[in-house]
Amino acid sequence: MKYEIPVGPIHPALKEPIMIKCTIEGERIVDVDVFCSQNHRGIEWIGMNRNNPVQSIYTAEKICGICNFCHPSCLVMAVEEIVGFEVPERAQYIRVIQGELERIHSHLLWAGVAAHELGFDSLLHYVWMVREKVMDILELVNGQRVPKDVLMYGGVRRDIKEEHIPKIREMLKYYAEGFDKIAKLFLQDKTIKMRTREIGILTKEDAMKLATAGPTTRASGVKKDVRQDMPYYAYPDFEVKAITPDMLTGETLGDTYDRIVVRLLEVKQSMEIIEQALDEMPGGEILAEPKVMKVINQIKKSEGEAIARHEAPRGEAIHYVKLKEGFEYLYAWKVRAPTYINILSWRPMLMDMQIADIPIVAASIDPCMSCTNRVTIVEDNRERVLTAEHLHRLSVQKTRRLMK
Amino acid sequence: MTGDLLIMTVFGSIGIAIFGLFFGLVYKGIDRKIVAHMQKRVGPPIRQPFLDVIKLMNKETVLPENAVGWMYSMAPLVCLASSIILLLYIPMGGLDQVFENGALLGGHGDIILVLYLLIIPSLAMVAGGFASGSPFATVGAQREMVTMMSYEFPLAVVIIAIVWKLSTAGGDVFSLSLIAGNPIWNSVGLLGLIGAFILLLALVIVTPGEVAKIPFDVAEAETEIAHGLLAEYSGRNLALFYLADGVKTFAMASLVIVLFFPYNISPVLEQYVALGDFTILVDFLFFLLKVFLVLLFSVTLVRAGMARLRITQVVSVYWITVTLIALFGLVLLMWDNQFDVGWF
Repeated sequence: MKYEIPVGPIHPALKEPIMIKCTIEGERIVDVDVFCSQNHRGIEWIGMNRNNPVQSIYTAEKICGICNFCHPSCLVMAVEEIVGFEVPERAQYIRVIQGELERIHSHLLWAGVAAHELGFDSLLHYVWMVREKVMDILELVNGQRVPKDVLMYGGVRRDIKEEHIPKIREMLKYYAEGFDKIAKLFLQDKTIKMRTREIGILTKEDAMKLATAGPTTRASGVKKDVRQDMPYYAYPDFEVKAITPDMLTGETLGDTYDRIVVRLLEVKQSMEIIEQALDEMPGGEILAEPKVMKVINQIKKSEGEAIARHEAPRGEAIHYVKLKEGFEYLYAWKVRAPTYINILSWRPMLMDMQIADIPIVAASIDPCMSCTNRVTIVEDNRERVLTAEHLHRLSVQKTRRLMK
Repeated sequence: MTGDLLIMTVFGSIGIAIFGLFFGLVYKGIDRKIVAHMQKRVGPPIRQPFLDVIKLMNKETVLPENAVGWMYSMAPLVCLASSIILLLYIPMGGLDQVFENGALLGGHGDIILVLYLLIIPSLAMVAGGFASGSPFATVGAQREMVTMMSYEFPLAVVIIAIVWKLSTAGGDVFSLSLIAGNPIWNSVGLLGLIGAFILLLALVIVTPGEVAKIPFDVAEAETEIAHGLLAEYSGRNLALFYLADGVKTFAMASLVIVLFFPYNISPVLEQYVALGDFTILVDFLFFLLKVFLVLLFSVTLVRAGMARLRITQVVSVYWITVTLIALFGLVLLMWDNQFDVGWF
């Protein structure tokens, strides 16, 4: 007998609103359908209608609570490209350090969530206790635990001071010592292995076809990493290599276990990058133009469009920005969060799995729903789903309008 | 005589019910506190389960629209009642000196009855789950049935092994007071000792399944199926299930004690001090300590150190691994009788 169970929009496994409708036979999943856009917040609208471009940096930060560096980073990069701000080298290094600190904290947070999805709460509490160390550093450097508020067009607002550096090095040492223990807890525990090995497999072909991003795609053996393929900021100095699970285990299955491996290795990689960045960080200015009004005026006078990419902890975040001369706000702003591209991989991953695998497989792409939602259509208080034909018709209409 | 028994049963049952509810919740509180400390948390105070029950009792009890009303409301009651009835048959340290046959109704039931009574709370939960009319509860109910079928077999093997060992001594071997009176460790040689240890191990693995705790809490998996069976329950009904869980956990630990550790501490202490009227109290406190230790090793530590299994893995663990372990223990006990290896 086939029947449907709705996982979400409100479900203890998924902390954010999304609905996965699973058709099941007994415990086996035979069909998967995903319904996004349960929480539209209109952030792009705010950037295009209400906030000036500098305020928009901090609005962009609120797109995601966890990776609150990648979105403003994309926006800043795009605008800098259009306006032509020269970012001082020291600021580029500080941006790299901030981005990697974010990756460490995000991956550790994810590891805790994954443990919780498996019902292993002791591990959740342990990993989150370890994570507190990086949160302390973020608080020390940025003055607050979660939002960073550090980016500005043409540089960063806060320097990493001399007195911060020993503390950051101490954190790196703490993680270097604790890394083996966490890796052992996750990779060698019998129950975790039973629950993740060969569960939620995403083959390399599917990963390429669905154009997945970030650890999700790297765990399937696709060597894709923006920091490697299109280095930005100071990344060309670091020679980042995309991490695939075969570096540790010698094989790539593309299952949930591999996604744990990739994230753990990336924490290690981030630690190395921060270490190197601290060693090589040059002195000098951190902001090209300290006067905010001047920056705003410069942006107002510029015209053009740009796309910026940033390797967020969850994958590649892309922002498209268009500026128009004399227009006070961003003329166009399109955000593509990494989860958006990864959500579709749920279907091949969940097919033929069991109900028990839904939480851990869903969590294994580290989804961030509210960051993803860009569109929701409500007519007469009813939600409507746009079909492919409908979207095609709309595009044809738009093209005709433009051709006139 | 019949009148006496009736009065004693009625008042005794009420007493045992209060006793079981109280200690069920106390052990729940202790369990939560220990797990919290193992996870470097402060954890709730030990009285927290009492506060939880009081709070649930004051909450609204919702009846889902497409639920089967009478079955949905009856299930928690049946579950709690059958859990309490278990305590009327299982002898408990200290109290076995108060009652004639070890427990309030000791002379009227045996271990087979207890085995069946252990199933009834789970069956009530299954009925309640199916009656809730929610897909999550339905999945939970199916899982509970499968789990039940899985752990029953190794549990039966363990009990049969012990009873069979006793049968060489004669008497009504299924009676719980006889089992409690003749601890298995006293009558075995070396092979039998190893066998008994293996049986104990099997029973310790069965316990978290019987009381639905991680790694065998598939039927109530919070992150997977939103508490499964209990997804739709709220208010007073949920409180009854919560209480039943506590009582059943307590009863299960008592059963482990009857089967493997039915010793009292008073004979040992008598050698040093005259206990007099305090014998019952001392034995009772010792019994509570034993319950704590059994729950610590079979529920609390396991719960803190493992992830939840999938339902297929639960079945294979119980049917293959644990059953084989238990059968091996049984075989060792048999060998113990045949070839008397004795003590070297």
